[in-house]
Amino acid sequence: MALDDQKGGFKFIGTRPNRPDGLDKVTGRARFGADAHASGMLHAAILRSPHAHARIKKIDTSRAEAAKGVKAIVTRADFTQSLQPAPGMKGENWNILENVMAGDTALYDGHAVAAVAATSALAAKDALKLIEVEYEPLPHVTDVDKAMQADAPVIREGVAAGTVPKGLHPNVAGYHESGHGDVEAGFAEADLVVEDHFVTEATHQGYIEPHACLAQLGADGKGELWCCTQGHWNVQKVCAALLDLETSQLRVTASEIGGGFGGKTAVFIEPVALALSRKANRPVKLVMSRAEVFRATGPTSSTSMDVKIGMKKDGTITAAQGVFRLQGGAFPGAPADMTAMCAFAPYALKNVHQIGYDVMTNRPKQAAYRAPGSPMAAFGVESVIDELCNQLGLDPLDTRLKNASHEGTKASYGPKFQRIGLVETLEAAKAHPHYTAPLKPGQGRGISCGFWFNHGGETAVSLALSEDGTVQLAVGTPDIGGSRASMALMAAEVLGVPYDNIRVIIADTASLGYNEISHGSRVTYASGLATIKAAEDAVKKLCARAAAKWGIPEDAVKWEDGCAVPSGPNAGEFPPMPIAEITRKMGATGGPICGHFEATPEGAGVSFATHIVDSEVDPETGKTSVVRYTVVQDAGKAIHPTYVEGQFQGGAAQGIGWALNEEYIYGEDGRLQNPLFLDYRIPVASDLPMIDTVIVEVPNPGHPYGVRGVGETSICPPLAAIANAVSAAAGVRMRQLPMSPPRILEALEKQAGDG
Amino acid sequence: MSMIHVNTKVNGDEAEFLCDPRETLLDVLRDQLNLTGSKEGCGTGDCGACSVTLDGRLVCSCLVLAVEAEGHEIGTVEGIAEGETLHPLQQKFIEYAALQCGICTPGILVAAKSLLEKNPDPTESEVRYWLAGNLCRCTGYDKIIRAVMDTAKDMREAS
Amino acid sequence: MRYHTPDNFDEASALAAQASGTTRFLAGGTDVLVQLRSDIVTPDDLIDIKHIPGVREITNEDHGGWRIGVAVSGAEMTEHPRLELDWPGVVEAMDLIGSTQVQGRATLVGNLCNGSPAADAVPALAAAGAHVTVVGPNGSREIAVEDVPTGPGKTCLEKGEVISALHLPRRGHAAGDAYLRFIPRTEMDIAVVGAAINLRLDGDTITEARVALGAVAPTVRLVPKAGAALIGSTLDEAALDKLARAARAACNPIDDRRGTIKFRTKVAGVLAQRAAKIAYARAKGDRK
Repeated sequence: MALDDQKGGFKFIGTRPNRPDGLDKVTGRARFGADAHASGMLHAAILRSPHAHARIKKIDTSRAEAAKGVKAIVTRADFTQSLQPAPGMKGENWNILENVMAGDTALYDGHAVAAVAATSALAAKDALKLIEVEYEPLPHVTDVDKAMQADAPVIREGVAAGTVPKGLHPNVAGYHESGHGDVEAGFAEADLVVEDHFVTEATHQGYIEPHACLAQLGADGKGELWCCTQGHWNVQKVCAALLDLETSQLRVTASEIGGGFGGKTAVFIEPVALALSRKANRPVKLVMSRAEVFRATGPTSSTSMDVKIGMKKDGTITAAQGVFRLQGGAFPGAPADMTAMCAFAPYALKNVHQIGYDVMTNRPKQAAYRAPGSPMAAFGVESVIDELCNQLGLDPLDTRLKNASHEGTKASYGPKFQRIGLVETLEAAKAHPHYTAPLKPGQGRGISCGFWFNHGGETAVSLALSEDGTVQLAVGTPDIGGSRASMALMAAEVLGVPYDNIRVIIADTASLGYNEISHGSRVTYASGLATIKAAEDAVKKLCARAAAKWGIPEDAVKWEDGCAVPSGPNAGEFPPMPIAEITRKMGATGGPICGHFEATPEGAGVSFATHIVDSEVDPETGKTSVVRYTVVQDAGKAIHPTYVEGQFQGGAAQGIGWALNEEYIYGEDGRLQNPLFLDYRIPVASDLPMIDTVIVEVPNPGHPYGVRGVGETSICPPLAAIANAVSAAAGVRMRQLPMSPPRILEALEKQAGDG
Repeated sequence: MSMIHVNTKVNGDEAEFLCDPRETLLDVLRDQLNLTGSKEGCGTGDCGACSVTLDGRLVCSCLVLAVEAEGHEIGTVEGIAEGETLHPLQQKFIEYAALQCGICTPGILVAAKSLLEKNPDPTESEVRYWLAGNLCRCTGYDKIIRAVMDTAKDMREAS
Repeated sequence: MRYHTPDNFDEASALAAQASGTTRFLAGGTDVLVQLRSDIVTPDDLIDIKHIPGVREITNEDHGGWRIGVAVSGAEMTEHPRLELDWPGVVEAMDLIGSTQVQGRATLVGNLCNGSPAADAVPALAAAGAHVTVVGPNGSREIAVEDVPTGPGKTCLEKGEVISALHLPRRGHAAGDAYLRFIPRTEMDIAVVGAAINLRLDGDTITEARVALGAVAPTVRLVPKAGAALIGSTLDEAALDKLARAARAACNPIDDRRGTIKFRTKVAGVLAQRAAKIAYARAKGDRK
């Protein structure tokens, strides 16, 4: 079938059926990470460092071991001794181990030091208080700029990757530099150059379900693990490495997952539960508290950024330059490269240059958070573009249209763009009534574009037909936001069977080949592509059975509306043979009919969005509210439009929290001051307006139906769009996130003082 | 540690259990009564994922001690549907995709049902403030609010 | 932890007086359970006072004031048909605490005994002139609400003492109260600043005024000078200006994760003015 034929005339794609797991999710019977039980199960708890940075001189577990109900205690000695640190990301498994359980040094407030398994959760927590740890506190640093200064304490020597220029502080673990053209010449051509400094605080993914797992590991090296994760094959691989297991002997099942947003791509507690289970020879359940989630799992990086852009009076950008410093916690891996590469991607630039620094501090290891790095970069870049438009009296949408990247543009990060939909999102934003709606006094409007790469990744899918012609589809990517529905729709489209006849399951690690983590907005793209290919594989086999029955060549049969039919008049005259007629006899006609697909799809297709925001600021208190919000984003092709809208809305809401109220607050002592939802202020229902959405569809040439991932791009524009709206409403440029009321009042007073 | 014997009623059925006085109602619902529909998102009353009713009053079960349940009636998400028939809110949440990951959904359903019993015709603002103690990180609340509003409308029209 | 369910306040008091370790009284539990679960305070003895008769009742007393039982929840106060007509500021202050779920359990007296400088109900109660009855080993005593908290997490209650009821005075005519707080979100936060105003008028002129502020000092505090700024005025610009200045002068806040000294001080004046306008309108008969 030609690619173009598949872009239209869909029967299932684009419809909005109920999700297959809807009933489970509204009745409380869906089983999430903490909902599993096993007979003889122990409960575990983790002891965590109260210090930001401290040498662990001694751990005495003897009193805890003697406590009632305690069955096992583990420390670093109970994990593999064969991993070694290495520069950059080469020692990643060692880094993960070091994060999962501290070695000789506690590197941040909340760093795991020891763990207990006991007969009840209370007994385990009580036993933690009996473990005596002798710490020698060390100097600490939690701020990214301070961590790069000459006098900053060194988190760990020898981490810097080979790409890091000489002479930088040892805390600089990674370095990225890219661009093209001559920025100095470009700035010389400009009528106006704006350069500014921006700061964003670390924010947490804030999934409502804390990390949880149930582990069983025997002395025979065989294990079973149930956990909430965005990637159970990765959990399998990492746990095997940290515990000296054979990968295939550890079977990992992904539970339902209560949100991830990148934060559940990392491994934290699973190896600990397995180590405890091995030692106690009983199943062990380990569930994090909310405070543990905040103190010890991945927030995103905080940043310090400098952005400089030159523009002509007509709005043409002549040059752009950015320096992005990312605080990544006590380990290498902050997405400084992603941040730099995304920063100017929406614009077709002759002269562009970007630098990213990955900087270590005494904070938890940063983890991916929805388009890691891109939202912060957009905050800096799109704020400067807004300022240029203000000063030159230009329309912000027209100016972005004038400079927008399109098919064939050499991207700021190097490659040439294929077919992309930025211009279409800008045009749809311009046509949207929101853009021209009148504002009330005290309100301001902001817009921003955003970009994310999207990702394909290793993917395996298997599909089995039942005798009655119904379908079992096994995918390896956890369903975080309705992906069972989109998979079933794509399978139904190929097979021509009713959507309800398809049962989609998330297979465990023993049932499919390796599936990469659900990240990079890859699920609908990659598992979807694999589902289509697996279904096509099954169709081919169905056609072969029909061909055999009819006694004609296999290529003389085609598949239409769930039936095998002769491919043309020359093939012969046979009535359509429905799927159930073929499957009913499949045992006798060659055996079970299955389809499968395993590959690493490379055509994910980048995605762009444009957001419009109206905000209102109370000048006496600095309180901000978002009064209207519109998301316009290119989805390539929306498989289930309702869930696409949901991704758009969710990204915008998280962006609103990040822009206005969410932040990691560290005290002078280097300890996290707000490890609860009480003071880590994510948006509540009464904080938000309805979030309007416009789905733009510019098909991705790399997917049979044109799908582009939609999950991450939606969080790229909000920080900047809201900052531009708040700056307009308050009448003062806001350069630091979150734009909390004290910061807004401070900025207003400073401006009044300057004026 | 002496355990305390508690008699209570959950979703209309008699239930009894032994608990440590430090255990919360949520602990007992999940770990002893196997009603894992109520979720622990925070343990500090900030997220609402553990919402249940106590004698008809909406509360966080993480902020109620199990021993306090003695002689009282508890309602959980498992008791919302009547037999095979889903509550109109449950039906509407599926239809509107008012959930993505689904972890906050049980608490939101219990809370929304409690709202509609008290106020069958809430404004958008009333729904938003009533549900302010139920955190959802996936949806931006838009589809949740619409589902509650439209369920209220359907229920008013049906009655 | 031992769990007790006394039938009367004397028994509750005796249990607390005899206890050797940490003791907590349990009413709504919205603070006690958080502290228990977060390992901040694990009491040796937890005394649940909800089994004592009358603790869930709101009663109109003979002199026209109100007696509010120690286990009356915020939701029960909001739903009461008459309480809000008399003391809208007290009811709205209580109603601001936490979520709908928390409202199902949290109590006025719990909010008071938690000793938080940021307690929402306490400024409104202090402005209203509320007092509590305390039962102790040496009999009972009455204490003005503003005298109960003595510092963050601390109260003037002695070992063995337990509050048995809260009393709001008779409202009387031409009077109104109001409470406003500042939080970064619309719900679910702890007050960064709170301001309560309670006024009585003679015609358009303010004859009585009590002003109390929350979250700007180690305890909720009454600010007599701020009250004095209003008395004799018709809430004109000059009086509002004096009010804001007196309120700000009374501030002695801290910098923390919720707000800065500068922010709290400035906003205390803003909220005092806004609350005064609402209380004034209510005293004039505006029931919105």
